[in-house]
Amino acid sequence: MKLAYWPGCVSRGFTPELHGSMALVAERLEIELVTLDRANCCGAGVIAEHNQELADTLNARTFALAQQTGLSMMNICSTCQGAQSECQQRLDADSAYRAHINEALAGEGLEYVKDGGGFENKNFLWVLVEDYGLERLKTKVTRPLAGLRVGPFYGCYVVRPKHRLGYEEHPERDLYLEYVIEALGGEVVDYDGSRKCCGFPVITMNRETSLRQAGTHLGDALDQGADCLVTPCPLCHLNLDMQQPEAAKIVDRDLGLAVLHLPQLVGLALGYKPKQLGMSLHIASTEWVEERLTGVPA
Amino acid sequence: MAEAQSYTLKVRRFKPEDGRGPYWQEFEVDLDPTLSVLDGLLQAKDREDGSLSVRCSCRAAICGSCGVKINGQSTLACLTQIGEAHEHVNRRDRDGDAKPITVEPMGNMPVVKDLVTDMESTHWEKIRRVTPWLLDDGDPPERERIVPPESMVDITQTIACIQCGACVSACLSMEVDPDFIGPAALAKAYRFVGDPRDVETRERLYDLAQDPHGIYDCTHCFACVDACPKGVAPMDQIMRLRRRAGDDEGIRDRNNGHNHELAFVKIIEKKGTLDESLLLQESYAPGIKGKLIPKPAAIKGLVGSLPTAVRGLRTGKMRSLSKLIPGVHPKLPGDAQGHVKRIHEHAEEHGDELNLYITGEEDVEPEPDEEKLSPPEASEGPKEPE
Repeated sequence: MKLAYWPGCVSRGFTPELHGSMALVAERLEIELVTLDRANCCGAGVIAEHNQELADTLNARTFALAQQTGLSMMNICSTCQGAQSECQQRLDADSAYRAHINEALAGEGLEYVKDGGGFENKNFLWVLVEDYGLERLKTKVTRPLAGLRVGPFYGCYVVRPKHRLGYEEHPERDLYLEYVIEALGGEVVDYDGSRKCCGFPVITMNRETSLRQAGTHLGDALDQGADCLVTPCPLCHLNLDMQQPEAAKIVDRDLGLAVLHLPQLVGLALGYKPKQLGMSLHIASTEWVEERLTGVPA
Repeated sequence: MAEAQSYTLKVRRFKPEDGRGPYWQEFEVDLDPTLSVLDGLLQAKDREDGSLSVRCSCRAAICGSCGVKINGQSTLACLTQIGEAHEHVNRRDRDGDAKPITVEPMGNMPVVKDLVTDMESTHWEKIRRVTPWLLDDGDPPERERIVPPESMVDITQTIACIQCGACVSACLSMEVDPDFIGPAALAKAYRFVGDPRDVETRERLYDLAQDPHGIYDCTHCFACVDACPKGVAPMDQIMRLRRRAGDDEGIRDRNNGHNHELAFVKIIEKKGTLDESLLLQESYAPGIKGKLIPKPAAIKGLVGSLPTAVRGLRTGKMRSLSKLIPGVHPKLPGDAQGHVKRIHEHAEEHGDELNLYITGEEDVEPEPDEEKLSPPEASEGPKEPE
């Protein structure tokens, strides 16, 4: 399997462990990733808030760069997925608009073609379930995550809005984290906040609202007995992990819940050590995640 | 009609007079799968317990009375087919025992009885908060005020609101901040901000931008968009309010909302990918480097993020200078950055907005009968750039 790869900004910024663990996991899963190193930020919805055409053009540029490779595209960030899907929906809806956007790309010799060569843009989570396959994933597991109680945390932009995120074709996309946790041998923890908002988008505008959201979901997961959370979104990771001590102050309770990036959870089951996966860079301690694993590395 | 099937409705009940607090009760109903969850509730009320309370009237998604949560999703009971609700709740474990369809009162509101909520304090009071009527220039016209039809197209989407409260029920900001003005009221606010006859546009925007519980308290989670039964997409209207306030009216709100947006756009123009340290600094105190003295609120914001930065240093997360010092972040390689800059210049000249609610998806072949019904503007493409 070979894919054009858009790592996003945050996976190379404040959460470098995400980009690093994705590279390790891809190697062991035999997924070849062609990094789009000329591609730009998705705008995270903020650029669209400023100027919708600007956001659409920037993402059309990323899609066009991916299409140049002749491959479909993979991202590792729920926010990239949401912002890019939003732009793609508008680009695909109207040929006149698409032509207008493509004018701005012509100077670089780029063009976004609707459905060009069956082009798709999918989060690693979707690739894992729909293209790689859970059965094949199971064959790669060398250390099942038996004994580990994992709470899924999706990030808004891979679950809403449904009409834009391929739910008609793939109605179970909001269950994939559960499927992956189970395929890796872990135990799914159901809790209230799994599909809610981490609060990150308003961290600089209303810190109280933002951190109360993060703190509430972490607390709910702890109350249901979670050993850790797993998320396909590095922005959720910023609020749930990096801001966790601040969130604990806002909700006035002890938290201390490890939050893993999706490739880290997969990596553990593939036999990598937590340190290789960059788990020591997290703010909330991940030390005892490995201790919970009763399975022995093969 | 298909054959009737048996379904279990698990209803969250509450009777204020019996003093026992909320509890769950299951009802067995027999219905055609294409009938609604509301039909199921009414059958249970008719056959089993006449005291089961639910508010409803039209049963056709027009009156907006029967807002509830079905399997956790805020929606109208009359708009949800019972067969689909049953399948949805049982999709994860198809081989196990069938799970019941859960029906709860709407969230973020006090419950009066069973599925009936009190919408006064969390909905109507907030609707009144945004002055939901036209503020004209005071001189009554001889007859009606004439506006070009195309100038009203922008607010058509918000006019579709039926005040059911499903978006308020789903709102994840309001869940943690009950003072948030909320999706329904802010969509209503855009209905007047976008109205060419209204003369208080700037005042309305200033008020909503400066309020800490106003347009910048929305976490952009799309919960209201998925909940709305009428396609109002309240969050999209909130984003329009932000654009009108910040970009059109130049309102520098005290919540750092517009600063954040401008800083984000500027950083991508200059660097192509996000420089997080610079975004933090510029969101709180734009132009701090010798140009402007940051306001006390900005200093508070920056100092507030220091403990997080220090923790990042300690674990090694922010070891490299490019992550720690604003502005050190690298640009895109080769001529890529120049192309991104030109895209910015191109888009900033006009900035077209393609509202799919209005334009539809023209590349998709319409059904023959839909074609006849659709209004002429539905098939038009976006406006040509000026």
